[in-house]
Formats: sequence, C-alpha cells, structure tokens
Amino acid sequence: MSLGLALTMLTLIVLIPLAALALRAAALGPAGFYEVISDPRVFAALKVSFLTALAAAIANAIFGTLTAWVLVRYNFFGRRIFDALIDLPFAMPTAVAGIALVSVYSPKGLIGQWLAPLGIKIAYTPLGIIVALIAVGFPFVVRTVQPVLEEISRETEEISATLGANRFQTLFFVVLPPLIPAILTGFALALARGVGEYGSVIFIAGNLPFKSEIAPLLIVIKLEEFNYAGATAIAAIMLAVSFLMLFVINGIQSWSQKRFGHG
Amino acid sequence: MVLKSFQAGLLVFSLALAAGPIAPAFGGQEILNVSYDPTRELYKQYNALFAKHWKETGGNDIKINQSHGGSGKQARSVIDGLEADVVTLALEADIDAIAEKTKKIPADWKTLLPSNSAPYTSTIVFLVRKGNPKGIKDWNDLIKDDVQVITPNPKTSGGARWNFLAAWAWAKKTYGGDDAKVRDYITKLFQHVPVLDTGARGATQTFAERGLGDVLIAWENEAYLALDELGAGNFEIISPSISVKAEPPVALVKGNADAHGTTKVAQAYLEYLYSPEAQKLIAKNYYRPNDPSKADPADTARFAKIDLATIEDFGGWKKAQPEFFGDGGVFDQIYKPAK
Amino acid sequence: MADQQSAPHHPRDAVSEPALVRWLLILISAIFLALFLVVPLGTVVGRVVVAGWGSFVDTISESDTQSAIRLTLSVAALAVPFNLVFGIAAAWAIAKFEFKGKTFLTTLIDLPFSVSPVISGLVYVLLFGADTWLGPQLKAMGFPIIFAFPGIFLATVFVTFPFIARELIPLMQAQGTADEEAAISLGASGWQTFIRVTLPNIKWALLYGVLLCNARAMGEFGAVSVVSGHVRGKTETMPLHIEALYNDYSTDGAFAVASLLAALALVTLILRTLLEVKFGADVGNGRHK
Repeated sequence: MSLGLALTMLTLIVLIPLAALALRAAALGPAGFYEVISDPRVFAALKVSFLTALAAAIANAIFGTLTAWVLVRYNFFGRRIFDALIDLPFAMPTAVAGIALVSVYSPKGLIGQWLAPLGIKIAYTPLGIIVALIAVGFPFVVRTVQPVLEEISRETEEISATLGANRFQTLFFVVLPPLIPAILTGFALALARGVGEYGSVIFIAGNLPFKSEIAPLLIVIKLEEFNYAGATAIAAIMLAVSFLMLFVINGIQSWSQKRFGHG
Repeated sequence: MVLKSFQAGLLVFSLALAAGPIAPAFGGQEILNVSYDPTRELYKQYNALFAKHWKETGGNDIKINQSHGGSGKQARSVIDGLEADVVTLALEADIDAIAEKTKKIPADWKTLLPSNSAPYTSTIVFLVRKGNPKGIKDWNDLIKDDVQVITPNPKTSGGARWNFLAAWAWAKKTYGGDDAKVRDYITKLFQHVPVLDTGARGATQTFAERGLGDVLIAWENEAYLALDELGAGNFEIISPSISVKAEPPVALVKGNADAHGTTKVAQAYLEYLYSPEAQKLIAKNYYRPNDPSKADPADTARFAKIDLATIEDFGGWKKAQPEFFGDGGVFDQIYKPAK
Repeated sequence: MADQQSAPHHPRDAVSEPALVRWLLILISAIFLALFLVVPLGTVVGRVVVAGWGSFVDTISESDTQSAIRLTLSVAALAVPFNLVFGIAAAWAIAKFEFKGKTFLTTLIDLPFSVSPVISGLVYVLLFGADTWLGPQLKAMGFPIIFAFPGIFLATVFVTFPFIARELIPLMQAQGTADEEAAISLGASGWQTFIRVTLPNIKWALLYGVLLCNARAMGEFGAVSVVSGHVRGKTETMPLHIEALYNDYSTDGAFAVASLLAALALVTLILRTLLEVKFGADVGNGRHK
C-alpha cells in the first residue's frame, strides 16, 4: 500500500515531468546532442558547477556533522537559537541569500573589505560560488545527521569506554560508523542541490564564460534564444550525472547500513 | 492493492490541485500588460493615467495588471501561454518571436502604431562616480588600463544588447569600418567587465550598491532613475559621442485580447501612449518622447544631443540578433579561449 | 541536555569530551555558521531594523504584498500535506521492506534536489505550455495550469518533494523493524503498528521534515519564477514579490518581506522549540533513555 502510493506520487510529480524533459532533449537527435555537449563552453560551465558543488558539499559534510554533534551533545547558552538558525537558508528565497552574500563578500562588503587587501577575492569568482553553495546546502547535512545522532544510544559509548577505548577511538570507531549513512545522505543532497542552484549563485558568481559561468545559467541563456532543445540537453546531462552520483552514494549508503545498521 | 493505492494517489493529487484558491474577482474589465524591467515606474503612473482617461471618455472601470521581468523571459512566458493583452518589451526581436511562434500578434505589428510602434525611445549612456575620477568621456576611455566596466550579459538582458550595439556603432565609426579593429575593441571592452549580471537592474545594483566598477553602461532612463533613487550626489551621467537609438516597441496581442473581449480597450491603451498627456509622462520618466513638443521643456532639456545609430544601421533586429547575440555569434566569439 | 547534568560529577566523563574540546568545537561551528548564514542574513534583518517599524508596516500592508503572502501561504498549506503523505509512504516502504531496485527508488526520490530550479519550472511548461497537447485542453476547460495557481503548486511540490522522505529514511533504517515486528507479533494491525509504534519513534524527524519542507515551499524562487508569469497581485509569491521590490529600488521593502517570509517559514520551528520546553530533555533523546 505505502509503496504503491509512493510510486504513484513519484510518477506524477517526478517521472512524468522529467520524461517530458528527456523527450524534448531527445528531439535534438544524437548528433545535435553531441554538438551541445561537446561545446567547450558547456563543458567548462558543467565543470564549474560540479567542482564548486563538490567543494561546498565536502565543507558542509565536515562542518555540518560537527554542528549536528555540537547541537545534540552539548548544552550551551544560545543553543536553541543556534539550532533555529540552521534552517534559515531554506526559508530565504535563494535570490535574497545571493544578495545578502554578495553584500557581505564583495570587495567593499562587510567581510570582503578585510579580505581584499590580502588578495583574496570571493565575490565574482568561483570562490564566491562555493560560498553561496555552502550557505544554501548547509542545512542538509545538519538536518539529516541530527535526528540519527539523537537516536544513538549512549550505552555503546559507555561500553566502548569501559573496554578501554579512549574518547577519540570511541568517537571514531563507535559513534561515527552508524552516522555515515546520514552524513552521506546529507553530502549527496547538498551536492545535488549545489549543482543545480541558480538564484543565489548568479548574484555572486560574476558569470564570466569559462571562469565563473555555471551550467544553469547556460540553460537560461539557451532559453533566451528560444532553444528549448539545447536547454533541455544541458539539463538532461546534469540530471544524468547527478543521478549517477546519487545512485552511487545511495548504493554505498545501503551497503554501509547493512554493515553497520542496527536492523 | 497496488491499483487501489494508485487511485488513492490520484485522488490526493487532484484534490490538492482543485483546492486552489481563486483570486477575488474584479468587477470591471482587466487587461494584462507584460513588460520588461525598467518600465515599472513608467507604467505604474501610465496605468493610472489611462484608467482615468478611459473612464472619462465613456469606458467602464478598467484594471491594468502588470508583469515585469527580463524582456526575453517575458516573451517566452507569453509564447508559453501567459495571457497578455498587450506586450511592451525592450526589443523588437522579442515581439517578433511571439508573433512568429504563436501567431497571436500579426506579422506586420510594427506598422500598426506610429513610429515603428515605439511610443518612446531611449539611448545608452555612462554612469560614473561623482567627479568622474577616471576621466571617462567616451567609449575609448572604457578600455584604459585601470577602468572597470559594468554591463549586464547581452545573452540574458535586452538592455545589454543595446549597450553592445552602441559600443559597436562607436567603434565602427572610429575605426572607419575596419571589422578586425572593431572586434578587437569590443573584445578589449569585455575584458574590462568583471561581472556580467543577468539583468539591467542587477548591473545597476552591482555598480551603485556594491561599489564595483568605474563606469556603468546603462539605459538613459535607467541612469536618471538611479540618480533619483540612489542619490544624485554620488553619480554623474556622461553622454558618449555616439550611441544607439533604442526603440522599445509595444504591440497588441490580438489573439489573447480577442479571446478576452478586451481588444478595444487594449488597443486604446496602446494608442493613448502617443497622446500629449502620456508623452509628457514619458518624458518625466526619462524616456525620450516620440513627440517632444508635448513634453515639459524642462524634461526634454535633460536629454543630451548624441549622434545616434539606429538598429537599421545593423541591418535590423532580424539580422543583428543572430549575428551578434545568437549561439556562436560575435558575443560568444569574444569569450572563445585564446588558443 | 541529559549528559550535561551528570558532567559536574565526572569532570572527565568517559562519554564526553574535555571542556576545552567542547568549547573549541562549539566555537568552530559557531564561526562557520556566522560566516555563511548569520552575517549575510543579519545584514538583511539589520536593514529592516534600521529602516524602522513604520516602513515595515507600510510594505506589509500594501495590497500586492498581502496577496503575495496569501498566495505563498496557500501554496505551502497544500504542498506540505501532500509531501507529508508521500514522505511517510515512501520512507515506510523503503525502510521497512526489502525489495529489488530499492537504491534506484531512493535515488529517484532524491532527483528533484539535483534538478536545477530553472528546469523544475520548465518541465511543467513543457508539459502544460501553450504548444502542448494537454495545456490548451485544460485551459479550455477553465483549468489553466501554468501562469496560474496549479502551476505554482506543482513546481513547489516538485522542489520540496524529497524533503520529508529524506528526513525519515535514514532514521527509520537506523531504527530497523524490531519494534514493528514485536507489535505485529502481539497482534496489532498494520495501521495500529504505524500509529502506536512507528509514528512515536519518528515524530521528531517527521517534524524536522515538515519544517524543512514548509520553509522551502515558502522560499522557492527559481522554479516558481518560471511558471508564475509574475503578474503583480495575482501570481506573485512572496519570493517573487521580494525580487520585484528589490528591482523597484525598494531594498528596504524587499528585505522587510524577506524577514517576514523567514519568520513565517520558521513558525514550525518555534512550535518545536515550545514543545521542547514543555517536554524537556525527553524530546532530544527520543525513545532511548
């Protein structure tokens, strides 16, 4: 029953629309499709999108896990406010996040003005894209790790300590393994979200071809040229690569769940 | 069992869709004007003016809904089914695209209203910081070593295409039509552009609020508006020796208006743009009026005499659009990696 | 939380870290949060505060703003329950049963995250646009999809689709099926097992999921922008209205609506905090005491 219901909704909301997309891209034919993806500018934009998303997702996996740990295990003044702030990137329209970030990290901005004399430019460079993607993807890791961490029994840690493990060993060999599926999920989601992100990035990226032009912007440009097929072709490639990445990560995750899972 | 849950899924889905709230209906007639970005202030005032005029000349209550966005995006929305009664866009090419793809606008739309269906024009000028610290006077100053130029992306912004053509017109005249030198100038110009914002307003914000760049290439109306909104004391407008005559056109989307039964009022809405009252309002909003004699002399005095190239000098939009801004066009070639 | 209460008795508790390490970790994550979230968003709220209460009220009481608020709330009010039903069904199926192609299914659920918002809107245009078969038919029946409420709803559901399911799946997998098996063996029906056993176990993750889904449903910009048509006072949601205000050179107004949007989207969070206060430490630690 639950599977049927889930499949129905999945079909209606996700599969049918994406099939329409694939159909439109297929109208190009293999030759036209190859022409789109072999364009060095498209390739450069895809590279920018995937690499910045990867860098941001790695940063988020590390700091997101740390933040989840701090929020679940430690009690400190302002913890609840801290907790509340995590979700802000979801609530802020991406355009607002972009405007806010660029006003802080531009060479004349609140933080940017201190970095500029050091030769560090954030806004209008790929670094700016990473900053935006970190901000946008941050809640994913925290919010997937947090509930699992809350569920983990302290007893195993006590046992581990009783058996003579030091705190670091306990954390690394006892606490971390069951968290890995959740961390991976968060990582994958942050990565996937980062690859497609548009609204916040265009404000801070600089959008220079071959340097800081992201793939979604190229899609928008193709649309401006009324080139639906070209736009959907880029979208289809992004989709295929993301799907593959997610599939691999989900595969690792289900493997690690079988290995470390409590089931 | 699976079938049953499939039905359940469909039920939830259709319930969710059907429960959409209906906006409170307006008693009188409504028309939708789909426009581009910088015209917000103008049409806000013009809509009030027209509604009053329409009522006074025996019409019923009329409510004009506005939609603003990038010119190309707006054209695409109309093509995809946005129910515009009139379109007032930045580029002829965008209205052509609607006419061609939907047939809701007659192909000869440009001849249906006076002056190529452009009730107002504008041009491209420079906005520089107070006191003009980099001494920018004309287009050749933009490629000086220490000058940073802000202009939006011609691929996504109609205004940026006019910027590009204005620079091209100057270079063409300066280099006596030597195509290689013109391209060289344009390539150098874009090497001085650190950010390509997607829209004209975004570029203005980057220049004015983020403090980036030494000169903003902008619509004349947009530059004056920026002075008004962002502090006249901080910026100066510089008129280059050569610029381009930008003609943002308007058209009736006949297919939609006929279906709505609003053809008469929508047509009147566009025609009234040429009236003395509207022309006066247009000049007040820093657009160059079609008929300057109707406008307030104080308003028209602001417009500098600039040598203006027209789109016809580029062979019309049908030729210029693919040549300069199409896939693989001149603008794309600028960014081909030097190898 | 519970562990801290025992800290004074065991300064070097075997299941906690030294105070120095604790503070260092808190500091690191606080700095991270500050750099990427608090400072940028602080500038937004800061401008609203500087502009003053009067300007805030002016913006909020404008009729276009109010219509945007109404639209955003109605969209979220429909999209969240829709995704709630899906999320529970999908997570239940994935976590509690073994079947072929599970990884594939999980990945499909994640897919909307990886679709660029530009595309999530576009797919509905490709399905229901003027040059499609379906769109004009529905429109002729007086049921337009794109550039109307249903299109905005669909785009919102699409982008928020995975949130609740994704929140529940890792947790339900970690919990395993032991509790449910026990309940079934004691004679409970499937439905009873779900209400009495599963639901209490997942309630906090579920609440997180709803919270995230709600926040994102209200804040979605890119996808909705494509299908909305941007008609002021009609199809403009709050995020679109924020953009419009910003482009009107009304940055204060834009940021005022943005702050309000953040507050609205976080209403569920405030609820959760209230519950946390009421039930004390029980909330954080779930069933494991």
